Amino acid sequence: MYSEKVFDHFSNPRNVGEIENADGVGTVGNAKCGDIMRMYLKVDDGVITDVKFKTFGCGAAIATSSMATEMIKGKTLKEALTLTNAAVAEALDGLPPVKMHCSLLAEEAVKAAVEDYMKKHPEAVI
Amino acid sequence: MDNAATTAVSPAVLEKMLPYFTECYGNASSIHGTGRDARRALEESRRKVADVLGAKPQEIYFTSGGSESDNWAIKGTAFANRKKGNHIITSSIEHHAVLHTCQWLEKQGFEVTYLPVDEFGQVDPAAVEAAITDKTILISIMAANNEIGTLQPIREIAQIAKAHKVLFHTDAVQAVGAIPVNVKEIGCDMLSLSAHKFHGPKGVGVLYIKQGTRIDTFMHGGAQERGKRATTENIPGIVGLAEAITLATENLEEKSARIAALRDQLIDGLTALPYVRLNGHRTNRLPNNCNVSVRFVEGEALLLRLDLEGIAASSGSACTSGSLDPSHVLLAIGLPHEIAHGSLRLSLSDTTTQADVDHVLKVLPGIIETLRAMSPLYTDFMEAQK
Repeated sequence: MYSEKVFDHFSNPRNVGEIENADGVGTVGNAKCGDIMRMYLKVDDGVITDVKFKTFGCGAAIATSSMATEMIKGKTLKEALTLTNAAVAEALDGLPPVKMHCSLLAEEAVKAAVEDYMKKHPEAVI
Repeated sequence: MDNAATTAVSPAVLEKMLPYFTECYGNASSIHGTGRDARRALEESRRKVADVLGAKPQEIYFTSGGSESDNWAIKGTAFANRKKGNHIITSSIEHHAVLHTCQWLEKQGFEVTYLPVDEFGQVDPAAVEAAITDKTILISIMAANNEIGTLQPIREIAQIAKAHKVLFHTDAVQAVGAIPVNVKEIGCDMLSLSAHKFHGPKGVGVLYIKQGTRIDTFMHGGAQERGKRATTENIPGIVGLAEAITLATENLEEKSARIAALRDQLIDGLTALPYVRLNGHRTNRLPNNCNVSVRFVEGEALLLRLDLEGIAASSGSACTSGSLDPSHVLLAIGLPHEIAHGSLRLSLSDTTTQADVDHVLKVLPGIIETLRAMSPLYTDFMEAQK
């Protein structure tokens, strides 16, 4: 049911962990539904220099978190905000229909982390 | 480790079945020799099953499996006894074959009471008795739960049903082949079972119907199964079922003691890990069932990681059920959603070895550790503990 890429990102997730004193942190989802994603950003001059994640969830939730972090690392905040769930799913060679909400969660986690950064750095312009 | 889902057909069973696909392919309703051979195999199988269950051969009806047996028992008696009443009593932890059938009957004007269970998943017989009204026509309570393995007090419930002249059906799909099941000792009017749970083939089951039980025909058509269930009999499947049930119940006590010892090693080993709890009753459970909840991780992720280690298991997490809610059984025993999402069922069989159990106990702690290390729930929990 899962593509090889999903399996790869699930078994060897990239960028797992926390960033101490992260510049932006976003948490989305809830335990009741079985998915929580948290993203940590390190930002330098509007560029995401480092990103880590922690996820409680199924295989697709872990794989989409991992893929999303890869897709925004080294990108500007502005670019990160354009990341869509469809793009994350596509990068994983697709997701089963019942798992598409996981990619949405990944998109929302990125947005929440950027928003948190903006809140903490009101002077920043993107 | 997923034998509650299904089992492999045993070689001895397959060997018995094979001739009935080719040489003895006859239709049991035909008058000629091949037909008569098929008829003989059919009736011999019926006798074997009846012997194992303590029933009369004419009380054994072959079906397409556990779900059909449950559907037939419930719908068949509901409509046949509608003049007497429209109330059915069941429990909140039944298999969906029972629950969804009851929900459908509600749309047809029947009333259904779904009894709650205690924290171990046990139905209280006193609650069954208290739920009976003068409109009650049927009580359906499973013999053993398919997810958490809890055994139900079906003998007591059967006595209560009898005293109130209400029919009693039990879904024994998980029980047959795992524990002794005798319809006379239980005192039930109907009992469902399925061959593929005890090393028989898929697509064949039995509904035991006590003689004299008022029940409608399920499948209309020919005169098969005493006119109660049409369709040319699945002779290879039926032969396989009869052989499988005979083999499964031979030396059952000895076999289940061995399996229960392996189960106990799993339960003890897993519940010794931090924040892992046992679901279901510690002792009053199927000898082959171990169900735990691993906090801070999600069930499907556990299953996928176990699969990478060559271990097949199952979970009551929403992600594996295809709905947003975790298992109705785990919610019924009072687990909060997030803990129910982290459930893991390991179910053993005759073919499970000590090495299999050792392998699970060797790899699972590491898998749990890895998944917790990436779980924000675990991070927050450990922070709060500081």
